[in-house]
Amino acid sequence: MRSASLRALVLPAALLALAEIAARISGMQSDSLAPPSAVALAFMGAVADGSLAGATGDTLLTAFGGLALGGGIGLMLGVLFGLVPVLDRLMELTLETVRPIPSVALIPIALIALGFGYRMEIAIVSFACVWPVLILTRSAIAGIEPRLLEVARALRLTLAQRIVKIVLPAALPRIVVAFRLAAGIALVVAVTVEIAANPQGLGHAIMASQQALQPAAMLAYLAWLGVVGFTLNLLLVKAQQRLLGRAAQAGTAR
Amino acid sequence: MTRSALLWRAASLLVGIGLILVWQWIADRRLVSPVFLPGPDRAWAALVRGMTTGDLGAKLAGTVERMLWGWLIASLVGIALGAAIGSSARLRAYVAPTLEFLRPLPASAIIPVAIALMGLSEAMVLTVIAFGSLWPVLLATVHGFAAVEPRLMEVARALGLSRAATIVKIALPSASPDILAGMRLSITVALILAVVGEMLAGRDGVGHWILLAARSFRAPDLYAGVILLGALGYASALLLALAERRLLAWRMRAR
Repeated sequence: MRSASLRALVLPAALLALAEIAARISGMQSDSLAPPSAVALAFMGAVADGSLAGATGDTLLTAFGGLALGGGIGLMLGVLFGLVPVLDRLMELTLETVRPIPSVALIPIALIALGFGYRMEIAIVSFACVWPVLILTRSAIAGIEPRLLEVARALRLTLAQRIVKIVLPAALPRIVVAFRLAAGIALVVAVTVEIAANPQGLGHAIMASQQALQPAAMLAYLAWLGVVGFTLNLLLVKAQQRLLGRAAQAGTAR
Repeated sequence: MTRSALLWRAASLLVGIGLILVWQWIADRRLVSPVFLPGPDRAWAALVRGMTTGDLGAKLAGTVERMLWGWLIASLVGIALGAAIGSSARLRAYVAPTLEFLRPLPASAIIPVAIALMGLSEAMVLTVIAFGSLWPVLLATVHGFAAVEPRLMEVARALGLSRAATIVKIALPSASPDILAGMRLSITVALILAVVGEMLAGRDGVGHWILLAARSFRAPDLYAGVILLGALGYASALLLALAERRLLAWRMRAR
């Protein structure tokens, strides 16, 4: 176990050392790159003046806001389409044509309709989050053991009771997986929107540092974004295992 | 396609047409300001005008070219690197954790770095597309090569195959479903990064075109461009799904 985690660190450590040595030897004075030591200093600076925390907060707020909105819509539609196959088949063509629109293509529309700020970013993130949740929820519900639904009919449960007591618990493991995947997408889309247009959050911090010719700050924000993405992913996997225990393994295996 | 499937298809087409009519009605009644939401008639007219008399066709060609080149480079590099990493357990132990760490990093975040190194050039956009769409292929290939059925590897050893022969004859075919799934994922990434790259670097393409249309409040042109990008995403996914079915037909038969 320890040797495995040591081996994991060899490559990044070697690359960082190499970059530092190369920068020192060549006496680099660059507007586009910076040695790791300068990046570490810039990182400390961004932590100290609070700009790092602010940008991280903005990005995570929009990512999770979009996830909640888009994931909620996707969940509702997925349950609806999963329970009423007629509706699913009727909407098939419409969804097939709207889904492939790249989320970034909506940036200009969101810009003129909503302007800069949280709202336009949340709108685009939620568009991107609808699809994975909708599709996985729908197939999870379509895959529910038919005998469970027969039981619901035999017990004469109302539609609401049927959804809350039978359908959602049976589909829960895969819905949780869907939300975990969507959370990763939400972060990617939020950062992309910030880089392309919206002047807030980590994406904009990286872009602004580049435009201000501060490569150390740019790389510091980039590395921090990597840490944020990695930690978010780790926490979500852990949460999934915690929430579902054994059932989670069935979800991740596919 | 059976008759009932065809009927369902027709019914869902009718629903789609109905929704477009609702869109038209909303636009005609001006329930939403036409600055944000032009009717489908005006968007369609803008699309036809752009494709026939305007230069929308050339912009589309630019975007497609950029996306395909970046995706092809990413696929080749991804498969080669993935084969090297995936087929050696020792290399995997050293490299895989770093790859896993980098995986959740949004690919668009390297755009500023690429701009710093290469400026707002065509090479910058291409590099970003290739780098971003590399990850799905690379990770899928590593996984596919690592998950080759052990008995197949035993066969390769028993036949005394060289490492190269083992990779080409055994590991590559066995990993092909993973690789193709990765390539399907990466072409959507390529389209997204092509659009973002065009927007930021101002290169000629549909992404840049919709941004300009939005800035000058030409909403019909904007919607025409978005429709075009949706069609591009749809067409590329469809073509890849067909190619995948073709290429993996031997697997289906074997089952």
